[in-house]
Amino acid sequence: MAEISIKDIRKSYGRTQILHGVDLNFKSGEFVVILGPSGCGKSTLLRMIAGLEEISSGEISIDGTVVNDLEPRDRGCSMVFQNYALYPHMSVAANIGYALKVAGVPRAERDRRIAETARIVGLEELLDRKPAQLSGGQRQRVAMGRAIIREPKVFLFDEPLSNLDAKLRVQMRVEIRRLHKRLSATSVFVTHDQVEAMTLADKLIVMNKGHVEQVGTPLEIYHRPRTRFVGSFIGSPAMNFFDSTVAPEGNFVLFDGIRVAIDPALGRDNAGKPVAAGIRPEHCRLVSAGTANSVPAIVDFVEELGSGRIVHVEIDGQNFAVAMDEGQLFEAGSSVGLQLPAEHIQLFSLETGLRLDDDVPALKRTIKTTVAA
Amino acid sequence: MAFLASDEEAEPVDLMNKRAVFKSWWLPIAFAMPQLLLIFFFFYWPATSVLTWAFSLEPAFGGVGERLFVGWDNFREVFADTEYWRSVSLSLLFAFGATALSMFIAFVLAICVDRQLKGSGLFRFFYIWPYAIAAPAVGLAFRFIFAPESGLIAVVNTWSPDLWNPAKFGSHAMILVVVCFAWKWIGYNFIFMTAGLQSIPRSLIEASAMDGSGPVRRAFDLQIPLLAPTLFFLLVLNLTESFVGPDTYGIVDLTTEGGPNKSTDVMVYRIVSEAFRGLNYSGAAAQSLVLIALIMLFTFIQFRYVERRVHYK
Repeated sequence: MAEISIKDIRKSYGRTQILHGVDLNFKSGEFVVILGPSGCGKSTLLRMIAGLEEISSGEISIDGTVVNDLEPRDRGCSMVFQNYALYPHMSVAANIGYALKVAGVPRAERDRRIAETARIVGLEELLDRKPAQLSGGQRQRVAMGRAIIREPKVFLFDEPLSNLDAKLRVQMRVEIRRLHKRLSATSVFVTHDQVEAMTLADKLIVMNKGHVEQVGTPLEIYHRPRTRFVGSFIGSPAMNFFDSTVAPEGNFVLFDGIRVAIDPALGRDNAGKPVAAGIRPEHCRLVSAGTANSVPAIVDFVEELGSGRIVHVEIDGQNFAVAMDEGQLFEAGSSVGLQLPAEHIQLFSLETGLRLDDDVPALKRTIKTTVAA
Repeated sequence: MAFLASDEEAEPVDLMNKRAVFKSWWLPIAFAMPQLLLIFFFFYWPATSVLTWAFSLEPAFGGVGERLFVGWDNFREVFADTEYWRSVSLSLLFAFGATALSMFIAFVLAICVDRQLKGSGLFRFFYIWPYAIAAPAVGLAFRFIFAPESGLIAVVNTWSPDLWNPAKFGSHAMILVVVCFAWKWIGYNFIFMTAGLQSIPRSLIEASAMDGSGPVRRAFDLQIPLLAPTLFFLLVLNLTESFVGPDTYGIVDLTTEGGPNKSTDVMVYRIVSEAFRGLNYSGAAAQSLVLIALIMLFTFIQFRYVERRVHYK
């Protein structure tokens, strides 16, 4: 159980800056997931907490103690690595018990705790095997066992599930969550998989290009993305966007020459502003061509998911994904109408990428990169 | 281009399994001849000579007269000589000493470079150089550096006379040749160990750091076991080289010349001096065969008993 506080953390390798000043606070016992595309600095941040990466500037403290200059072993963290990092020449028992052996825990005590840990992670039968004789899921369990036997204050997970196949990943995800409930140590989990992130997190942090884009619960982040990047990164398929300008009256935006109504309260404050309008695929509706208040579109192709389908339509060269339940059938090439309900349209500044009705005080920096892209 | 390509396409050529077939027998022989001649003149001929010398006595007045076949007599004479057995034990002492010293220092250096301490990049580049220097040159340089009366080390003799005098004390002379050999071979061992250490995934080292082990503990628990195949290879190579290698001869010849009082008279040096200074070809030939047998036994023991403890996976 430990609080982690991260103050204005920066990291650069030579002239390249990887992290541009990150401020975060993790509460004791929280399950924090850091999500972002590869190269966004999320693993670097985790490794800085662990003490495996030097901190260029800023301060990390665990339970009120600044750990910047502490060795990894003195920080009370344990870590599960992406490739498991099991010691190949040691048995499962020796792998799990290595930390205790280094700490000089007497043999009897050590064996007792190895047995107990093995029971928790379900490895009792395999204690004498070498890592090479284990399957991917079993190796993952050994790595988890090695992390929990030390009873650390903080668990760090560096994309631990990305080497597993899809089915096992779901299973391990549930087990990690269960384990966290049982041990309730502060956990920081880094991933690029949004399903993992959404399902595991108490607190979700979305990072991009060395900046924190948004911090919140998974639902907050899904429903009220604070930047255009977050909207386009979370959700499968991603949020649809079209660039437009808010009408002077403030009650609609033009999309392919058609008026699309927006929340007037939102539009009034931003009349005349160039915006990116975003809407989730499940909030779009397809209607027959020519229906009033619909944007004419051509069906491009249809993805069947079993429980529903995703229809990709094209409007003036732009692609839109529409998620729908099984009932409706649309054939590729047919003309349809696309309806975008006003209450679901979210507006982002075209210039900064920031959400227009963000109640949080404006960010210190501008997100130029998302616009340039 | 199209008309050129069409013919090629009709007959796909299996490039992977393409074999050149010579139509005549003399052409391939002519190509291989330089190498064959080298092997014949510098390996098969001397080797058969050694075999015949070892079992015969040279004509009393030299020349090409009839050699006298004496069976195992040459060997009996060699084995009866206490000087010879002293030389064998000196060789073993030298081989184990030099191997241990060079491998230990190389390992420490490789670990330091692997931890990316300051200046390790430059160090890694320069450290292979000693291996490229011929042993006699190394020997000559060390002879100057370690000369008790005027070398760089001579200063210790001003503190107390004869603190360092390889010309007088056998033990000092042995230390000198061991250090000299180790210095030359550290670079070689270092390169292999660095490569081996770098092939250990970084995350393993990080995991052990998280588990609480410091650099020394890590070296014993992780790096040595995982480096075992490389260490075993280097052990065999170092022992063989120091026991019978040309470097040993070159270094001994240019630093101590086997002395003082034959205290560095290792087997390779003894063979050469007996053969070409003592002109006892038969005895030297018998000793070479014994040396070959010993090194075979040596290597066999290493593979049989040491390699078992090596994890390749």
